Amino acid sequence: MKPAPFTYHDPPTVSEVLGLLSEHGGEAAVLAGGQSLIPLMNLRLARPGVVVDVNRVAGLDHVEIGRHVVRIGATARLADLERHEGLAEVLPVLPAAIRHVAHPQIRNRTTLGGSISHADPSAELPAVLLATGGRVRLESVRGSRRVPADDFFLSPFRTSRRPDELLTSVEFPIGGGLRFLMDEVARREGGLPVVSVVLGVRTGAGGLVAEARAAASGVADRPVRLRRLERHLTGADLGDPVVRRAAADMAGHGLEPPDDLRGGGAYRKSLLRALVERLLEGAAA
Amino acid sequence: MRTIKIVVNGTAHDVEVEDRTLLSDLIRHDLRLTGTHVSCEQGVCGSCTILLDGRPVRSCLMLAVQAEGHEVETVESLSGGEATPESLTSLQRAMSDQHGLQCGFCTPGILMSVTAAQRDGLDAEETIAEVLGGHVCRCTGYRGIRAAIRQVLP
Repeated sequence: MKPAPFTYHDPPTVSEVLGLLSEHGGEAAVLAGGQSLIPLMNLRLARPGVVVDVNRVAGLDHVEIGRHVVRIGATARLADLERHEGLAEVLPVLPAAIRHVAHPQIRNRTTLGGSISHADPSAELPAVLLATGGRVRLESVRGSRRVPADDFFLSPFRTSRRPDELLTSVEFPIGGGLRFLMDEVARREGGLPVVSVVLGVRTGAGGLVAEARAAASGVADRPVRLRRLERHLTGADLGDPVVRRAAADMAGHGLEPPDDLRGGGAYRKSLLRALVERLLEGAAA
Repeated sequence: MRTIKIVVNGTAHDVEVEDRTLLSDLIRHDLRLTGTHVSCEQGVCGSCTILLDGRPVRSCLMLAVQAEGHEVETVESLSGGEATPESLTSLQRAMSDQHGLQCGFCTPGILMSVTAAQRDGLDAEETIAEVLGGHVCRCTGYRGIRAAIRQVLP
């Protein structure tokens, strides 16, 4: 099918984008990579009256690697981030997760900002943002604010971004000594994962876990932190397979994953368990 | 309606399009380059894949107006517009040699993705695992396509 009619704007500056969003608010859709929005428009599941294309905004795709933070512009394309040498050095879990997102043909268009603000409860990158403790920058004509990942994802495809706000950049903290790993199970290579898990561990005195951070997608109505697992892992000896198994066993406590076409709730819980155990084994190695 | 300037297969065109016209439809309906095939129109099947500034992308997931100022290559560019056995690229010849197509509907998209992989210096196994994953073929079971890729890539 084809998109329903709309008015198209492709302004060259952020301030013009913000002006249009302020004027059209909920009527407007922001078009970045278009790999989720355009299918929805083709299927007429989305019928925005106004499309604001941000692809011609100069400088919105910068990658800035600081001492404590990596700041990535919203329109940075996944294919470019995947091959970014500096990023692979300071935040290797991001390119690793990106390689699980769809296919190269899709990643050539998909943007980081689009992938985060689309907020698919099964997608990988929101889970990476949550696990790493990242945040997003939202701008509007009213001003700008930074929202931590923990407060950004509300429900399936819904975030705390207001209709007149543009997500302009995504920030990931670095240099905290956490080593992140991610893994997932998808029905086919390049498909949306049934469950994906991101786990970060900082090892302290005596080889015990000093700090752990974990998040998963596909186990709730939005990507979630696995806080109980994080607490359980603190002080744990990951060299011990019994400890790893016990942690994996409790990773899904308190979660009630939804049933859908890609997998039932019980199956999703068993995948979460298996993925956590696999990642803990990787973290111990 | 607006008029956009777009370069397709090295030729500049001024085309009048609606804002909502998909790039795939501009290529097929306005430019009459019907080698680019359209199937799912939701980015899943890969048959409409073209090269945008040298990179394979889904033409059904772009608005035509977004291609203004960019270079588009379609399957028609591969053999220089000719359709003779002598004009085929090494990849097209390999697809024929290895029976990499039956109905041929998915073939133009695969040719464009693998041509980009060839130019970027990807090896055969990488191309089969990563790039071919972005295409759906319902005839061949992929055996012939994989053999064709192995025939032309290291």
